[in-house]
Amino acid sequence: MNVPEDLLYTKDHEWVLVEGSSATIGITDHAQDALGDVVFVELPSPEESFGARDVFGSVESVKAVSEVYMPVSGVVAAVNEALEDTPELVNSDPYGEGWMIQIRIEDGAELDDLVSPEDYQQFLEEEGE
Amino acid sequence: MTPLNAVQRELGARMADFAGWELPVQFESALKEHLAVRSRAGLFDVSHMGRLEFLGPDALPFAQELSSNDVLRLQDGQAQYSSILTPKGTFLDDIVLYRISAERIFICVNAATREKDLAWIESRRNGNVQVVDRSESTAQLAIQGPVAEAILQELTEADLSALRFYRFVQAELAGAPCLISRTGYTGEDGFEVYTPAEAAEGVWRRIFAAGRAHGLTPAGLAARNTLRLEMRYPLYGNDIDERRTPLEAGLGWIVKFEKPSFVGREALLRQKEEGPSELLVGFELMEPGIARDGFQAYFEGRAIGNVTSGSFSPSLEKSIGLLYFPAGDAAENAEFEIDVRGKRRRARIVPTPFYRKN
Repeated sequence: MNVPEDLLYTKDHEWVLVEGSSATIGITDHAQDALGDVVFVELPSPEESFGARDVFGSVESVKAVSEVYMPVSGVVAAVNEALEDTPELVNSDPYGEGWMIQIRIEDGAELDDLVSPEDYQQFLEEEGE
Repeated sequence: MTPLNAVQRELGARMADFAGWELPVQFESALKEHLAVRSRAGLFDVSHMGRLEFLGPDALPFAQELSSNDVLRLQDGQAQYSSILTPKGTFLDDIVLYRISAERIFICVNAATREKDLAWIESRRNGNVQVVDRSESTAQLAIQGPVAEAILQELTEADLSALRFYRFVQAELAGAPCLISRTGYTGEDGFEVYTPAEAAEGVWRRIFAAGRAHGLTPAGLAARNTLRLEMRYPLYGNDIDERRTPLEAGLGWIVKFEKPSFVGREALLRQKEEGPSELLVGFELMEPGIARDGFQAYFEGRAIGNVTSGSFSPSLEKSIGLLYFPAGDAAENAEFEIDVRGKRRRARIVPTPFYRKN
């Protein structure tokens, strides 16, 4: 599974790209692979506010549904509207075109709770055993 | 495990437990498998299904008493969809019954109900008939899709173009003695192939190899479920069970009241006169989301039961499903609500099958 070096992760299989006080969030390659063909993505509205670990949306495949959690507290600045018509982008490009939301980070200290690429990779290996 | 477990793992099957069987849910993509069956062909291992035989001079009258459909209408080489009912007229199981000869009737039953069916059948057995469970000694493949015939024809001398829907032939296929039947659970043209267990892997490999040039893909239970749901074919344990009758499920055509006797007849006759209070209907969701199995439905503010089967439809690209609806209100376009993970979403009753060719 692909685990890019420039991102942070959660053990719920979200990824976070931090750029200053803003963060882009999506689900990992592992998560999309485990779900299978994504056919529906539910996203919040801009300006909605969530605490860390709150459910902010869901990703559904033919067989299963998976909720998506906020890695850190924040306010939604933008959502990936392309996913409404082309949810399969989550499968084909989970770290790029398949991004889900952008937020304004409320508490930068929460970033310390996120998982490094090395640790996430190791977590996946342990989970797979 | 079925005799086809290893060969499917080789092909990258993702396995899951189904009624005690380890079966492939999907290979690379359930969505692609579904669409491949609609446009080309898919190959399924359905060996988990139960396979029973009635043998002996009284096989035919025995089957006629157990089955709600009219077995006497069958000629040798003909199959029939039917049900085995309880005395209350509810589904003990839904089955496909094959008349090999008057003294040899073969039935394909559901995996989870096989033991129950066997006990029931044994307890009702009378006359000169034996009941044999062939589930372990045989395997069952389904090859479904518009090019299924072209693929299978390369592997058998039997003339498949002459084999009509719900007919079968016993013939050698890929070097093994098989029962080849023009049946399936997908709504596409296609075949089910019954083989001796020890020949199953070889038959799978030969079909797979012959199918390569035709765009055949291996397919799993996830695609099988969405394919059957688009056709409104019921799934035992979800849409039909011992609480539901064929009249409620919209399967009145498999109940032949002209037959003087069969298990469940009296109860069903009463229900037919009174009219069932609920009917199985097809619905589509009118708002975003996917209404899945078990989700609660509401009509005019009151809870009316749960979605019995609900999924995203790969062919129609929307959320479709089945549920039992108050009979008096079960009109096309009737609107109601489904609780989709905490949100009430609007749904409406639509005609079925959901999917129609062209």
